[in-house]
Amino acid sequence: MDFLLRFRNALFLIAVLLAQALALAVQVRTPRDPAKQASGSVRLIRMWTTGVIAPFERGAHAIGWGLRHGWSNYIDLRHVRQQNADLQQQITRMRLQEAAISEDALEGRRLQVLLAFKEKYVASTIAAQVIGSSGSDLSHVLTIDKGSRSGIKVDEAVITPDGIVGKVRDVFPDTAEVLEINDQTSGAGVVLANTRIRAILRGTAAGRAQIGNLTADSRIKPGEPVVTSGGDQVYPRGLPVGTVESIAPDPDRQPYTAIVVRPAVDLNRVEEVLVITGMQPELPADAQQDLAAAQAQHAADISAERLPGLHDNDPQAANGANAAPPAAAPGTVPVLAIPHPTPSLHTDRYTIGATPPASQLTPGAPVVPQTPPAGAEQQPAHKSRPSKDSAHPDATQ
Amino acid sequence: MPHYIMATRSYMSRREAEQQNFSLPVALFVPLAALLLQILLPRLSPRFAILDLPLIITLFFAISRRAPIAGTLTGATIGLLQDALSSTPIGVNGMAKSLIGYAAASLGSRIDVDNTATRALLTFGFTLLQSVLIYLIERRLLGLTGFHMLWLHELLRAVVNTAVALPIYLSLNRTRKQL
Repeated sequence: MDFLLRFRNALFLIAVLLAQALALAVQVRTPRDPAKQASGSVRLIRMWTTGVIAPFERGAHAIGWGLRHGWSNYIDLRHVRQQNADLQQQITRMRLQEAAISEDALEGRRLQVLLAFKEKYVASTIAAQVIGSSGSDLSHVLTIDKGSRSGIKVDEAVITPDGIVGKVRDVFPDTAEVLEINDQTSGAGVVLANTRIRAILRGTAAGRAQIGNLTADSRIKPGEPVVTSGGDQVYPRGLPVGTVESIAPDPDRQPYTAIVVRPAVDLNRVEEVLVITGMQPELPADAQQDLAAAQAQHAADISAERLPGLHDNDPQAANGANAAPPAAAPGTVPVLAIPHPTPSLHTDRYTIGATPPASQLTPGAPVVPQTPPAGAEQQPAHKSRPSKDSAHPDATQ
Repeated sequence: MPHYIMATRSYMSRREAEQQNFSLPVALFVPLAALLLQILLPRLSPRFAILDLPLIITLFFAISRRAPIAGTLTGATIGLLQDALSSTPIGVNGMAKSLIGYAAASLGSRIDVDNTATRALLTFGFTLLQSVLIYLIERRLLGLTGFHMLWLHELLRAVVNTAVALPIYLSLNRTRKQL
């Protein structure tokens, strides 16, 4: 009893340290199931702490947001309508471009089907705002203002339009914690876009994203884009991760190299994110519509190329390149007219229609350029291209 | 009653007379405010992540109370809350700050910690000690061989936290009441 009284301070410290060491051992020893939350007591501690802190975070975020965006959102609204219209046009153009790209990828999809490759597309996302961080430069965690009540689950990918941010680590009723890709405990499967080398991206103590499982390879250069590989079952394939910033030998792990990747997203200033809550094997409905439109346009282009005289009787088409394309009806994809060559200023033997057909030529006789018939320049090149024998001067001698 | 028990009671009474107490709102809301600022300031600029306001508050309460048990409890509570908000396993900061709280309170009962220079020196030393403790816990206890510390950065952290801690100590001095 006297011993306890005399050393009660030290004994109390030892008891507290032992309890925490045991808690650490339990956390380290317990393998974490990705489909489940953290173990009960740990999750409770995190949930209670977040529950206490989150309202203050929301309040501070709302005040900061109001101060920063009050002027631009409510007072400085000049040119907003024009800007809105421009953005709508930009969206339309980008959707057409996306459709064209999707059409280009169609061939790849066919090959993937042949290989029984299971592709997955982003089906649903939830937009969330970042309201807090871990507050330490040894830990890179973001707190977002959406949780399990919004349908967010553990290990879902978190992205922005620029690229990936991280994955959901813990979910609480109204908030969730996102582990950023530059955290020391984070990892992501990536592919170097040019060299197609697969690698694992991890965070470092300095808060940088680094690939450390590759040996020296002279093909890898700074500036090479890095995208997700999809192999980690968290991030969908093909999302931007960043670019290679530097390549140097890893002093701690020879013969591997330390490839530092500059994240595509400014992780220190993320304000709004998208949580990918659903994936599906088929393209989303709107993307399928765009793809169908692109396929229709592609089919029309092929038809137009195969029928070069389709618009010859069209008075507008007869005007050549100066003719403006007809305005497309709303909701339809406009089909562009086939461009015709412009009339030549000085006729020579290479001018379309200037050389008589081969049936009228005499072997050994010099070629006399003919005056091209009116409208001959309007003909497509492949239709009246002179034969090789008649066009080449040596062939006629 | 034996003589040594009387002596112990006499010693405890003198030390308790030097202890300073804080009102409940101060004891609750100052650590909470420190934690809140710690997670909000890096949102303004990532450079603020070099600050460790919870450590500064742990040191202040431990030094002022001069009671090792109270210092240990304060450090453990603040450290565990900090762990709960970060990606580290719960207990890393808790263990480090428990030790810091105990050591600071033990020192506080032996030397004059009201002197500004002493406080600056203590803050600098304990910030470095915390970096060493976290490094040892991560590397040795948790076995994370990939965990690294940038020691120049930790030195800079100690300097910055010392500079920030002094005005905080001065302002918080007004909240304490002598027993």
